[in-house]
Amino acid sequence: MKPSSEIITKEAERTIRTSLNVARIREDFPILAQRVHGKPLVYLDNAATSQKPQAVIDSLARYYSSQNANIHRGVHTLSELATYEYEKARGKIKLFLNASDSREIIFVRGATEGINLVAQSYGRKFIKTGDEVIISAMEHHSNIVPWQMLCEQIGAVLRVIPMNDNGELLMDEYDKLLNSKTKFVSVVHLSNSLGTINPVKNIIKRAHKRGIPVLVDGAQSTSHLLVDVQDLDCDFYVFSGHKVFGPTGIGVLYGKTALLESMPPYQGGGDMISSVTFEKTTYNALPYKFEAGTPNIAGVIALGVAIDYVRGIGLDAIAVHERELVNYATERLSAIDGIRIIGTAKEKASVVSFVMENIHAHDIGTIVDQEGIAIRTGHHCTQPVMKRFGIPATARASFAFYNTTDEIDALVKALVKVKEIFGA
Amino acid sequence: MSSGLNDLYQQLILDHNKSPRNFRTIENATHKAEGYNPLCGDHFTVFVEMDRDMIKDVSFQGSGCAISKASASMMTTAVKGTRKEEAEKLFEKFRSVVTRDIHKEVDDLEELGCLGALAGVAEFPARIKCASLAWHALHSALNSNGAVVSTENTNAH
Repeated sequence: MKPSSEIITKEAERTIRTSLNVARIREDFPILAQRVHGKPLVYLDNAATSQKPQAVIDSLARYYSSQNANIHRGVHTLSELATYEYEKARGKIKLFLNASDSREIIFVRGATEGINLVAQSYGRKFIKTGDEVIISAMEHHSNIVPWQMLCEQIGAVLRVIPMNDNGELLMDEYDKLLNSKTKFVSVVHLSNSLGTINPVKNIIKRAHKRGIPVLVDGAQSTSHLLVDVQDLDCDFYVFSGHKVFGPTGIGVLYGKTALLESMPPYQGGGDMISSVTFEKTTYNALPYKFEAGTPNIAGVIALGVAIDYVRGIGLDAIAVHERELVNYATERLSAIDGIRIIGTAKEKASVVSFVMENIHAHDIGTIVDQEGIAIRTGHHCTQPVMKRFGIPATARASFAFYNTTDEIDALVKALVKVKEIFGA
Repeated sequence: MSSGLNDLYQQLILDHNKSPRNFRTIENATHKAEGYNPLCGDHFTVFVEMDRDMIKDVSFQGSGCAISKASASMMTTAVKGTRKEEAEKLFEKFRSVVTRDIHKEVDDLEELGCLGALAGVAEFPARIKCASLAWHALHSALNSNGAVVSTENTNAH
């Protein structure tokens, strides 16, 4: 038995569960040890893409060094091994999203392709001329343009849920938009330019009362929030692997079995068929019906490793740490004269977007980069959001669990320098 | 401040950003064109009043970063009162300096006068488009197709 001084109290246990050993975690990310312009890299552009832990990098090398083969068709050992690893990763994603069945997990290139797949496959079959599709005012271009393209193709109408000055959706206005012509709702879970966490469960509930399916764009959320697709009861959920510490070029579309079964294939090719003659093709079962061609096998396996890594740290602990970072950054940045935070929703995560009086975001970005600090500047692929706030661009610091308050201090110091240069 | 930043944000540029010259519209403009960078939202309109082939007056309106605004401002002071052909030649020289065309750099820098203050942009590839935006708009205005010039569909910087 351990001496009593080492017995972990309930209180301590809670602390352990919710406080991360960030210094230890950072050692897992080789890129973070770099210097940029002679200064330690401060990477605050996680909403654009996250960095990769060594385990993910190693898994890519391991796959190509010792497992590489095509999947689902060979009888040889390597092909069976690659197939096993690929399907094992699908199982990991199923658990990560708490889907009820692995067949509901479709591998795509990223969130963007997932949305395009649903717009073109579900949309073209079930949405007709004069019908309406609802999105929100804070969508990324990737959850606007695919629906605009669909609406143009079939003569449907795109409707937009407006937001208030804090960057929160107006739910009463959403209710007014829902009507008998509404055939689809597609909304972002966590806004990339404002940091707003949308009440997606409530949005879904209201749509379902009218039998309208809902897609949730989870590009930003899966690395910050615990996602349970059964609890949300969403019909579709999409995310990108590279934003959740996995490689680029791989992402996931989750869809409810019945809906996916009712949809035609998105692309034709190998792996998505069960038989082909020149007269007729019979399509393969889920999920393969939507995975035409040789997929990004290494990417899928590495995404599985990234998911293992995130689950190992725990999204509850990540959320607590990142809340501290957002609160600290908000407090410190707000204290600088001339800085205004854009996006002040009550429910917020991981993103602090801001503007500086009389100083353009790109000038801020260039100057802080010289201090080794990577932030994003521009419209963040959300031009309608910029228009809503009457600004051309913002500077955006976005966090991951490996960021520290010291890094926020470095950003603050660099922003003071920006002001000095501009004599503001 | 690092030397690169010193070169980029030197006093002359900061001054033109803060108090841009010819920052107005020209009511009886004979030529005008818009310059737009969809990646960052910089958006300027350049107005020109031509007297035969002479740029009698030139001005600009719009919004953008310090580099794009200062460059637009300095451009108007540089080309006002010049002939179209001279303005176009100046643009070529300016472009070769900010994109660091090393074969031409030295000679051109001398000929550019105060526009040479923007030579520091060459150190910051992501910002070359900012410095060139107004010039592309001027070029479009002078050749008067009047279309919006976007940094993303002109290959040239």
